[in-house]
Amino acid sequence: MSGSARAGAMRDVAVIGAGPVGLFTVFALGQAGLDALVVDALDAPGGQCAALYAEKPIYDIPGRPSVTAAALVADLVQQAAPYAPLYLLSRRAVGLRQDGEGFRIALSDGSEAAARAVVVAAGAGAFGPNRPPLPGLAAFEGESLFYAVDDPERFRGQRVVIAGGGDSAADWAVILAARAAEVTLVHRRPVFRAAPATLGEIERLQKAGRIRIAAPRTLAGLAGTGGRIAAVRLGDGAGGEEEVAADALLCFYGLSKDLSALAGFGIDAGASGIPVDPASMQTRRAGVFAVGDIADYPGKLKLILTGFAEAARAAHSALALLRPEAARHFEHSTSRGDPAARAVQGGDPAARAVQGGDPAARVHA
Amino acid sequence: MTRLIVTAGDGTRHEVEAADGLSLMEALRPLDIGIAGECEGSAACASCHVWVADAWIARLPEPEDAEADMLDCAFNTRAGSRLSCQLRVGPELEGLEVTVPHA
Repeated sequence: MSGSARAGAMRDVAVIGAGPVGLFTVFALGQAGLDALVVDALDAPGGQCAALYAEKPIYDIPGRPSVTAAALVADLVQQAAPYAPLYLLSRRAVGLRQDGEGFRIALSDGSEAAARAVVVAAGAGAFGPNRPPLPGLAAFEGESLFYAVDDPERFRGQRVVIAGGGDSAADWAVILAARAAEVTLVHRRPVFRAAPATLGEIERLQKAGRIRIAAPRTLAGLAGTGGRIAAVRLGDGAGGEEEVAADALLCFYGLSKDLSALAGFGIDAGASGIPVDPASMQTRRAGVFAVGDIADYPGKLKLILTGFAEAARAAHSALALLRPEAARHFEHSTSRGDPAARAVQGGDPAARAVQGGDPAARVHA
Repeated sequence: MTRLIVTAGDGTRHEVEAADGLSLMEALRPLDIGIAGECEGSAACASCHVWVADAWIARLPEPEDAEADMLDCAFNTRAGSRLSCQLRVGPELEGLEVTVPHA
């Protein structure tokens, strides 16, 4: 499957957010006999677990004395796999509208997804680049200001300012030093956190005059016209400023989370989350549920394990809504049997459909 | 209880009596002056960034690596930049002065 989502790729339930709770929601829905599509802004499932602390151990998952966030995500992807979710990755859910008996979810790539019910598992929001709070920034984005490098050759012969932290800033400084006319590395402190080999390279390139390190410095402003940066202003944190003539600025300030798109979903999404009835996990909009960190009700505990329980609750609610005729038969997973075997018997062995990324490959990497 | 003096991004001054044992982030968040604490204290975001007053910089425990790395990804940093989630309220913070960076 390739290209943008077909409007009309109807599933029983659209899960918004592929973090741990979104992934377990897919499983819980599958256990209830409902199929799902999953939308996420990142290019791989896992949400905060994958994006912010993949290698950190988590100690409060029942039955898992210690598990890294990445391993937990990989297992949740595997657990959901028998139910063949349709992953719609690298795109954000930006709109929700009623369409007959179901919903259409507008996605940031211009496509739409369709489902009869929606479970919002958006955590603290959709991830995107952490954008410096500089006036006029947007005018330069995509023209001369970037948050990722798709083609290093673009910067050949240019004066490039690289700002931010972590491995990305250091790695790209080294890579671009071989192509750019000038590389200025702007950093909060003289010390860098990067692989020892990269640090050695930076020191060598600095001595050779290929990289200039501006530290401690912070971004203070941009000058330029028509989308083209002319200069980047740097602050020294004590009121002083300097200006660096530049053709391009690369910003590596990690990820920020954005909940603003949900404001238009008609579910009272606000700073404290989305209010739900904890007996059903339904929001104020019929057919739209919320689970995990974003779901708010009195006594809420923001834990992954709470989200797992909420996922099961929401799946039962969705079943009652979508299959009102179905007998309220309850079955433990031990009686239900191996999900993988059942999925194959059911004639839907479809390898997981993925658009915009490859869940398994990324999670196991 | 420990007394904290907080200046918001708009210049408003607050005096807070905070329960010992809370993180500074938890003590400041209820003021609703821009301390979000999105990652709930795991030093994985910078939404609780504060500037501690110059006189306090050396009186606080040094940032650990995770905090220092995360501060590299914060904006408007200064010498006194800290993640307030990594500081624990207690008698040694009595009279601490911090400012919440604008933006």
